Amino acid sequence: MLLNQFLFLGAFLFCTGIFGVLTRKNAVLVLMSIELMLAAVNVNLVAFGAFHNAPTDPARVVGQVFALFVLTIAAAEVGVGLAIVLLIYRNLHSADLDDADTLKG
Amino acid sequence: MIWENIFFGVIAAAMAISALGVVTTKNVVHAALFLVVVLAGGAAQFLLLGQEFVAWVQVLVYIGAVIVLFLFGIMLTRAPMHPEESLENNLRWPAAAASLFLAGILGGLLVHEFHGVEIDLHSPVRTSEVTNAIFRTYLIPFEVVGVLLLGALVGAVVLARRD
Repeated sequence: MLLNQFLFLGAFLFCTGIFGVLTRKNAVLVLMSIELMLAAVNVNLVAFGAFHNAPTDPARVVGQVFALFVLTIAAAEVGVGLAIVLLIYRNLHSADLDDADTLKG
Repeated sequence: MIWENIFFGVIAAAMAISALGVVTTKNVVHAALFLVVVLAGGAAQFLLLGQEFVAWVQVLVYIGAVIVLFLFGIMLTRAPMHPEESLENNLRWPAAAASLFLAGILGGLLVHEFHGVEIDLHSPVRTSEVTNAIFRTYLIPFEVVGVLLLGALVGAVVLARRD
């Protein structure tokens, strides 16, 4: 298999995630788009890990290990992010990011 | 060889369509369910690449935990369960231009750098190799990430607690 087909899949998912972050107004949907981007990065990392998979290559596990760290950070980020969204909802009675404009000059 | 590519194509098409669904659907719950398809497809691609540990961790952590968190978030913020027009701002075309611009740059770069590079799938990575690497070479980052998770947990509880 070609390395590029996985990299293109990752690039497509990443660009879709960027589109979602820029166009969505609901805070939970923005967080979902960020998850999409993190998943795209994971596809890239694992594809490069599989690319360096000669049996004696010390780099053959690095892709998986890095992907596991990304997964952990993503889980932590969702937890804190949803807590912040919940707080915004409680204070503004809306999860709409356009309503959270208190700091706007 | 041909079967791997057919498998890849089917899963990648499902992932791409679902990813577009996540960012364009008018129903918040459907977006979460589309995200499940994308992440499960990602896990299937990892299995295809012979990286099975991270594939099952993706199933457990993302599909098992993160999606449930998202569904809780949707419920707690009382997001509209029915199709709704007000989920998007008026940046649709600039955002599409920005992401297409990035896609063009990334695509050109990938074609330029990795054109025709093959992945050899004959030696899948065993789980024991990954865990050995985590608990030997990457022990300190692993512990740091553990502390980070604990901090995130406490922070989320403190933020979301009703005083």
